[in-house]
Amino acid sequence: MKELIEKLNSKYDLQEIVYQRDNLAFTAIRKENAIDAITYLRDYEEFTHLVMMSCVDWIEDGKFQLLYLLNSPEKKCDIGIKVYIDRENPEMFSAHHLWKSVWTYQRELKEFYGIDFPGSPRVNDDFVVEGWEEIPFMRRDFDTHEYAEKTYFPRGNRKTNDPAEYMRKKLYPNQPVTAKQRKDDK
Amino acid sequence: MINKFLGFKPDEKLLPHKTVTADTEIDLSSHKYQKIWLGPNHPGVTGNMAVELTVQGNTIMRAKTHVGYLHRGFEKLIERRLFVQGFPTSIRMCVAEPDTNEYFIARATEELSGYADAVPDYANWLRMLSLEMARLQGLLRGVPGQGGTFALGIGVQWGVYLRDLILDRFEELTGARVYHMYIIAGGVRGNLPAGFKARMEDNLRDIDDFIIKIKKLMFDNSVFKTRAKGLAVITPDMVDKFGIVGTNARCCGVKRDVRKDNPYLFYEKLDFDPPTATDGDVYSRTWIRWQELIQTVDLIRQIMAKMPEKGDIRCQMPNVLNWKIPKGETYVRLESGRGEMGMYYVTDGSDKPRRINLRGPSYNHAISVLEHMLIGVDVADVHAIMVSLQTCPPEIER
Repeated sequence: MKELIEKLNSKYDLQEIVYQRDNLAFTAIRKENAIDAITYLRDYEEFTHLVMMSCVDWIEDGKFQLLYLLNSPEKKCDIGIKVYIDRENPEMFSAHHLWKSVWTYQRELKEFYGIDFPGSPRVNDDFVVEGWEEIPFMRRDFDTHEYAEKTYFPRGNRKTNDPAEYMRKKLYPNQPVTAKQRKDDK
Repeated sequence: MINKFLGFKPDEKLLPHKTVTADTEIDLSSHKYQKIWLGPNHPGVTGNMAVELTVQGNTIMRAKTHVGYLHRGFEKLIERRLFVQGFPTSIRMCVAEPDTNEYFIARATEELSGYADAVPDYANWLRMLSLEMARLQGLLRGVPGQGGTFALGIGVQWGVYLRDLILDRFEELTGARVYHMYIIAGGVRGNLPAGFKARMEDNLRDIDDFIIKIKKLMFDNSVFKTRAKGLAVITPDMVDKFGIVGTNARCCGVKRDVRKDNPYLFYEKLDFDPPTATDGDVYSRTWIRWQELIQTVDLIRQIMAKMPEKGDIRCQMPNVLNWKIPKGETYVRLESGRGEMGMYYVTDGSDKPRRINLRGPSYNHAISVLEHMLIGVDVADVHAIMVSLQTCPPEIER
């Protein structure tokens, strides 16, 4: 694994290298070199199996981190290629020509994070949510609680109990209420 | 299909299923084609997903998978919760084999917080037992389920009864039947109850009988053979191109099994060889799963024989309410009944995960592979192909 990473480093100038396990390493690579490096790994280093594509939102750095996780069935090891792209107008080169499964991941990332992959088939089709008008929902600044409060409303004639108070009244109905409990109830 | 039985031989050049490819141009305004939706509420569809079919007569010209009917944003919910709260949420992402997700989160958090080697051996044996039991209950539904798609409904009833017996064992071991919450960070939640192994052995003997009966019902049946042979063939060159894994890859001779390729837990100590076939059709996939059923029963017997009689079930872990994990990332994988499953887990030094991403085999099998395979197929065979690919929509939507 180390030899491979060194070889890759001499070719593509890797930015950060982490050996997580003997058979798993993560490395970051510049956006313009990423597809080239992935193609090299697939065609010359036997990393023929694309395990997954994923994204992490580093909102504090203003970056999205794309991940291409490649597996070599021959060498029995994995390498995660990370690419940092700007959070403002995020865009990445499409890799749909390398594997038939890539366009589905890219379609997902477009919907979940708003990352565009120009040229990718059906990239603008709805994936799991139809008619979504908010910001992409997997971004860190999308607040699920606020969205639920805004979109859904409490049903009428529905009583909500405080669990602690309810259990106290049910289990110990005759026990006098302490001053602290009275204060909590208020 | 009827023509096959009647011996009728039409001019094949005129039949759409002989000529249709993914590049065939379709003009919907020509009135030659019709769109039909299969699902989301259809007894033959695996889970709540829909397939939008463009058909000419009975032949499918185009297929599009639609998911989203089960979307609850589990990954997003886990990002907003403590590490320990991720367990009950994650298991909802896979109804068929929820134990796999417990293992991912447990293993990833142990690895990132430096407790990977602290888990007691006995707990790892129990983890392996619960994962194999989960595989067994999935196969007991999946193997006869394939016959069910060709109207052999009786096998499903036998399988569901035996699956219930395995769920009884799960209930004994974990207190729950479907969502077990058994594998936790640091080990497992409970020990084997007294007499568990004997009761399990009784159930395995019943399953041995079932395995013989289901062979006679399905594989010696001329209708099943006629319909399943040569249907929806996976070729070896498709495996890497489409990201096909598990039994769907092994059915065409590509021997991929995470238990052998990247061994985890104590699978190296068990004696087994993943079955393979060469034809790559629905019949081969079912045949391999039937052999896996035999193998899983054998593996459970091996685990029960080889595991130590007693030991610690978990190691000392930090207080889960104040548990912070240093910044890091990892990918954990295992071989589920449907193929390679895995989880990408990212932490940022806080008390909640930064990102989790489940990689389910259905993600590729149900979208890119299914859409490719349905072209040129008869409408009546769609369910058989879906079940043979073992598509499971919750893994896609997460």
